[in-house]
Amino acid sequence: MRILLLILALSLAACAQRAPTDDSLYRALGEQPGITRIVEGMLLNIARDQRIVRHFENIDIVRLRDKLVEQVCVEAGGPCIYSGDSMEESHKGQNLTRSDFNALVENLQDAMDAEGIATPAQNRLLARLAAMRGQVIER
Amino acid sequence: MQYSQWLGVALFSLCSGLAVADQGRLLATGGASSLEGAAGGGITPWAVLSGYGERGEWGGDVFATRVETADYRLDVAGVAASFDNRVEVSYARQRFDLGNLARGLKLPQNSLSQDVFGVKVRLFGDLIYGQLPQLSLGVQHKRQKDFLIPSLVGARRSADTEGYLSASRLILGGAFGYNLLLNGGLRYSRANELGLLGFGGDRRDQHSLLKEGSAAVLFDRHWALGIEYREKPDNLSFAGESDWADLFLGYFPNKHLAVVLAYARLGEIASLDNQNAAYLSVQGSF
Repeated sequence: MRILLLILALSLAACAQRAPTDDSLYRALGEQPGITRIVEGMLLNIARDQRIVRHFENIDIVRLRDKLVEQVCVEAGGPCIYSGDSMEESHKGQNLTRSDFNALVENLQDAMDAEGIATPAQNRLLARLAAMRGQVIER
Repeated sequence: MQYSQWLGVALFSLCSGLAVADQGRLLATGGASSLEGAAGGGITPWAVLSGYGERGEWGGDVFATRVETADYRLDVAGVAASFDNRVEVSYARQRFDLGNLARGLKLPQNSLSQDVFGVKVRLFGDLIYGQLPQLSLGVQHKRQKDFLIPSLVGARRSADTEGYLSASRLILGGAFGYNLLLNGGLRYSRANELGLLGFGGDRRDQHSLLKEGSAAVLFDRHWALGIEYREKPDNLSFAGESDWADLFLGYFPNKHLAVVLAYARLGEIASLDNQNAAYLSVQGSF
C-alpha cells in the first residue's frame, strides 16, 4: 500500500512538472474532428490529382487516414500519440520528387481552405510539414 | 510595329511549347517579372527562377509592363524560360517615352529603347525548404538602341554587361503568422537609368556595387503586399539619378497569371524631378 501511494505521488509529481504543451494550433485546426475532416479532404483531393494519385494506389487508405490524423494531431500539439512508421520508413522506395511533395502541400492547402482554416494556422502546420521534406522526398 | 509582331510569334511558340510544363513549384514562387525580364519583383530581380518548374521540369513566362510618371512612360515586354529550377534565360525590350522632355526641349528622338538579355543561375538553397536561402547569380547584357541622346548627355557606351547576386527566402509565418518574403541583392553595374541612358558617363565610368532589396507579406496564397528598393549609380553630370523604391500589390490567381500593381518613387530622371509612377505588370506563366 505504501508503495502504491509512493507511485501515485511520483506520477502526480511528474504530471505537475510536465510543461503544458501549446495546443493552440490543434485548437485552430478544429481539434480531432477538424483534423479528421482536413485529412479526409486532402485524401479526396489527392484521389483526383493525376500528378500524384499513383503513389496512393494499393495502400490501406483507412490506415493511412488514421495515421495522418494522429500525426497532424501530434504536430499541432494535440493530445495524441503517433503510432505509424517513421517518415523515412513509410516513404522508402517511393522515390517521391520535390514536385510530388509540393502537390501534396497544395492538396492539403485546398483541404484547409475548404475547412475555413485561417492562413496563419495553415502556415504553422505547413512549416511543420516543410521541415519533414528531407525525410520524405528522393528515398 | 515589327517588333511586337516578332514578340507575338515568339510568345506564341513559347506558350505552345511550354503548355505541358509540369509546374511542380508552389504558387507565386516564380515571382513576377522585373523590368529587365528576370523573375522577381518589379524593379529588382529575386533569386527565384521564372515559371514553376522544379527539378527536371521546364517553366517560363511572358510579360508586359507599363510604368507611367507625370512626364515619362516606360513600356517593357519580354519572355523568360527556366529549366530544372536551376537556370533561367530571359529577354526584355524596354521603350522609354521621353514625353514632356522631348516636347519641351525639341529633342531629336522622343523615345529610348533597349534590349536586355539575361541569364540567372541558382547557386544553392531553396526559397522555402531546407536550411539555406536561395542564392542566384545573374548576368545581364544590355544594348541601348537609340544612343544619340545618351551620347550627347555624356554616356560613354551603348552596350554593357552587368552582374548581380540575389538571395531570397520565404519565412513561413514570419510576419505575425503570415508568410514573409525577403530578398536582398548586390548588383555590379554602370547602367544609367537601367541602361536607357547608356552606360558609364562623364562623371564616372566605372561599375558601381549597388544594393537592392525587397520584402513582402503574403496574406494568403494569392495576394502579396510589399516594398522594393534599388540603389542606382550616378554617372552623368547633366542630371542626378535617384535610387528607386516602390510599394506593390501582387495577385497570383493561379499558376498561369500574375498581376502586379505598384506605386513607385523614381525621383529625378534626366533632369525632371519627383517622378512618382503608377506601375502595372501582367504576366502569363507556363
